[in-house]
Amino acid sequence: MEQTEVRQKVLDIIADVALDEDLSNLDDSLALRDQLDLDSMDFLDIVMELKKRHQIEVPQADYPELATMDSCVTYLTPKFN
Amino acid sequence: MTIPQIPVERSFDPQDDHYDAIIIGAGMSGMAAAIRLGMYDKKVLLLEKHIISGGLNSYYSRAKMPFDVGLHAVTNFAAKGERRKPLTKLLKQLRIPYDDFKLTSQFQSQISFPETTLHFSNDIEFFIAEIEKHFPTEKDNFLKLLEEIQNFNEVALDNPYASAKEKLAEYIKTPLLREMILCPLLIYGSAWEMDMDYSQFVIMFKSIYLEGFGRPEGGVRTIIQVLLHKMKEANVEVCYRNGVEEILTEKGKVTGVKTTRGQHLKTPLVISSAGLPETMALTSETCELKAATGKMSFTEAIYITKKKPIDYGQDNTIIFYNNRPEYQYRCPDGFTDPNSAVICFPNNFNFSGNHDGAFADDYNEGVLRITMMANYDRWKGALQESKETYMMEKERVHNASLEILNAHLPHFNPEDITFRDIFTPTTVEKYTGHFGGCVYGSPDKSRDGSTPYQGLVVCGTDQGFLGIIGSMLSGISMANLYGLMGSP
Repeated sequence: MEQTEVRQKVLDIIADVALDEDLSNLDDSLALRDQLDLDSMDFLDIVMELKKRHQIEVPQADYPELATMDSCVTYLTPKFN
Repeated sequence: MTIPQIPVERSFDPQDDHYDAIIIGAGMSGMAAAIRLGMYDKKVLLLEKHIISGGLNSYYSRAKMPFDVGLHAVTNFAAKGERRKPLTKLLKQLRIPYDDFKLTSQFQSQISFPETTLHFSNDIEFFIAEIEKHFPTEKDNFLKLLEEIQNFNEVALDNPYASAKEKLAEYIKTPLLREMILCPLLIYGSAWEMDMDYSQFVIMFKSIYLEGFGRPEGGVRTIIQVLLHKMKEANVEVCYRNGVEEILTEKGKVTGVKTTRGQHLKTPLVISSAGLPETMALTSETCELKAATGKMSFTEAIYITKKKPIDYGQDNTIIFYNNRPEYQYRCPDGFTDPNSAVICFPNNFNFSGNHDGAFADDYNEGVLRITMMANYDRWKGALQESKETYMMEKERVHNASLEILNAHLPHFNPEDITFRDIFTPTTVEKYTGHFGGCVYGSPDKSRDGSTPYQGLVVCGTDQGFLGIIGSMLSGISMANLYGLMGSP
């Protein structure tokens, strides 16, 4: 799977987890937490959704890898393939 | 505007005998916990002994009129797009769009003591100005208190008990102002008499003074309907008129439940919203934990009138009325305490901003609700003595309520009342199963939801969160912690 596809899959999840947020101006290099109203409960949900939709497990030690969109894509692309 | 019609469900018996989790009670916290677990494909059964959902915040109809019970206002109001607020967190966790709850904010409320009246709205600056006006020397102290409150982590699961009154006295020097600040917070959530736990005080302070009051259009049914819909989406199985008779445990570990309709069901996880003492009374093995039954219960008189409160000269949303210099938040010696009350005007929300205009509310009539502190033992005794004694006491509540209305509504005419209904502590007990008709749970809370049994968790008021938004967040947190993250 291409990185752009992975990005879209992550974006779809964030759009559902942060329901009322505008995602059109997301800067991929900045922390998601600083741009969107995401707290630890929401990151848990992103992890849960990855498992539910794509059978991808993210161990707790790897949660920091989900900090920015860029790091999400880098970390998740091998797992999608 | 139409009030949602919620169909009466006819499903009583579970489809299966093995579940990932069984939740006791379809109140706000139980439904929220069920949705969270169902969302992530857990096989969930929700057991409710009443015929409808809502628990302490439910609904009924009399004379073709829809009524709410419990809910005066939704605390923790937040406007759309406001970040990091409990309401916003809750909506995100349950995937509910903001607009679905149809919340409108209050106009303003009032704390009314013998010689002083303070108003507050959902804008804290307004309350600060009121305090400056009536207690000029306390303004700076109040600002310091605000700073302390804003920096306090009230939801940490390991905060020890501390007295709110003592903490408040460190900042506010005038006893009357302390009493006035405390009054709404106590009567809208304290399981303790005369005082409350400081963490709970901060939760209440933020939810009432910093966030404020709102009301769902159509009343509590609007919120319940959204939750019922979400439960369907999440494949949660709900059984009504079917409670838990026994929580089955072996060597301190949950193995299942026996329902009141006789089914034996297996599960490793029971999340109970029945209350801590009520839940402990259901376990098959005897246990060490002693949780006290809360003492605070209430009567409420509900009136339908031909005209709206604003026509009777009253534009406040809620009045916290107290007729003594010190606020006596405790179980009264008599049937009720007529010297203090909460007077709620559900018509007075969503003020259009124009003082000449009407409130854009969803009732065609006036609705007046008067809540008084009440003594459960007295009411229970009256009911056991005779129906006549019980009815006579209800009549006294009616008379006391009329006096309070006459004092607060300048142009009120009791002949305008077209319908009235009064509930008492025994009514609360009957419909919710809470011991002693108690409304804010036990003074003994389980902040992390745990009990002496592995796999048995409490959620709702006895986990220490308050208000309907707090209750739902409690259900969510406990489902996350014990059902999804896989703690014991």
